[in-house]
Amino acid sequence: MAIVRLRGQLEKLAGGESELDVEAGTVTELLQQLEQDHSGLEGWILDERGELRRHINVFVNGEPAEPDTAIEDKDKIEILPAISGG
Amino acid sequence: MTELLVGTRKGLFVLEGERGSRFEVKIRAFVGEPVDYAMRDARSGRLFAAVTSPFWGPRIWFADDLEDEWQPARGVALPRGGKDALKRVWVIVPGEAPGLVYAGGDPGVLFESRDDGETWELNRALWEHPTRPRWRRDSGGLSVHSIVPWPGDPQRLALAISAAGVWLTEDGGETWAHGNEGIVADYLPEEARPTAIDLCVHHLERAQRRPERLFLQFHGGVYRSDDAGASWTDIADGLPHDFGFPVVLDPADPDSAYVIPVTTADRVTDGRVVVYETRDAGATWTPRDDGLPQGDAYLSVLRQSFAAAGEGDALELYFGATSGEIFGSVDAGRSWFGVAQRLPSIASVRPA
Repeated sequence: MAIVRLRGQLEKLAGGESELDVEAGTVTELLQQLEQDHSGLEGWILDERGELRRHINVFVNGEPAEPDTAIEDKDKIEILPAISGG
Repeated sequence: MTELLVGTRKGLFVLEGERGSRFEVKIRAFVGEPVDYAMRDARSGRLFAAVTSPFWGPRIWFADDLEDEWQPARGVALPRGGKDALKRVWVIVPGEAPGLVYAGGDPGVLFESRDDGETWELNRALWEHPTRPRWRRDSGGLSVHSIVPWPGDPQRLALAISAAGVWLTEDGGETWAHGNEGIVADYLPEEARPTAIDLCVHHLERAQRRPERLFLQFHGGVYRSDDAGASWTDIADGLPHDFGFPVVLDPADPDSAYVIPVTTADRVTDGRVVVYETRDAGATWTPRDDGLPQGDAYLSVLRQSFAAAGEGDALELYFGATSGEIFGSVDAGRSWFGVAQRLPSIASVRPA
């Protein structure tokens, strides 16, 4: 199981849980599973096409990850808004 | 006391003030996020905000009191697994049945709620309309930006889409028909105009006391319909420019309309800010500029940034510009005053 850390709005949408255990093989599978387990998150991280929203970054063990990045047992996942401004 | 809900590029500003005086910022919400539209449903008192988060996507939020925590509505999304994603919610409008609320968005979509805006469903008939491949995105997207119910009849509704013209339903949204006869798109070749569907309507409003009458501001032209939107007559003669975005009506007077002409070239006022009023259904137009900037004023007033409250001699009018200024009138446009300034770029203004 990977450990997903949620903050802010995502934590609220997940019922106040800041850490969740999720079983998945890749980042995309993990995000899909997250939505299935917590329907309040549906559409917030992945859009209707199933694509990661443009200004959301996923980190695996502190490293930026891609949708097809493999997830291993006990990996630590963070889902964060990207740097932006202006 | 008047309350104004102001959607800006940097959040929702709720302003409050006495009629005719400068307003103060009472509350801010969604700080730093684009709020494309905000309104209060007079039936329930519920507040709505359409927020396009650069991170979490477009969403409708609601709150029953300004002091309450805003809640995200459910179901404001396109079908999952398709090729499109919702880009923006442009407008939220109370319907003509208890709990019924409509929302319009990009890409050319209508949502319906029957529980005062907590959950929403996509109108499938419009989404799956066979002409959809011929609809065209304009610079603002492919937007359902105007939704005008028929007073007292939830089965009848008109929409305007940029750029896909006027749409009419008489069966509560089960089927949709065009209402474009008479609208001339001079940005198309003459040969293409008679059958054009990619008509860039900027704003549509219905006369409340004569619902078969509608007014629309077009991408070059101001039009009136007296047959519920089936056909249209150009009434722009007498205006300095036929280009503009919003149109506002006095609910008490079906012959009334207000527009803010801007130049075709740059889509801003031509150095003077002038609201034009008709009280004879567009036969003549009267400039209303007392109290408005009359020199070096190049304002951009977007389609949702001009609104009315009250009616008749007590009609209040408010409009905001992308420069962050808001102007108001409490005498149906005869004189104007500064409501607020130095706000972020304004996308919508709605009196509560």
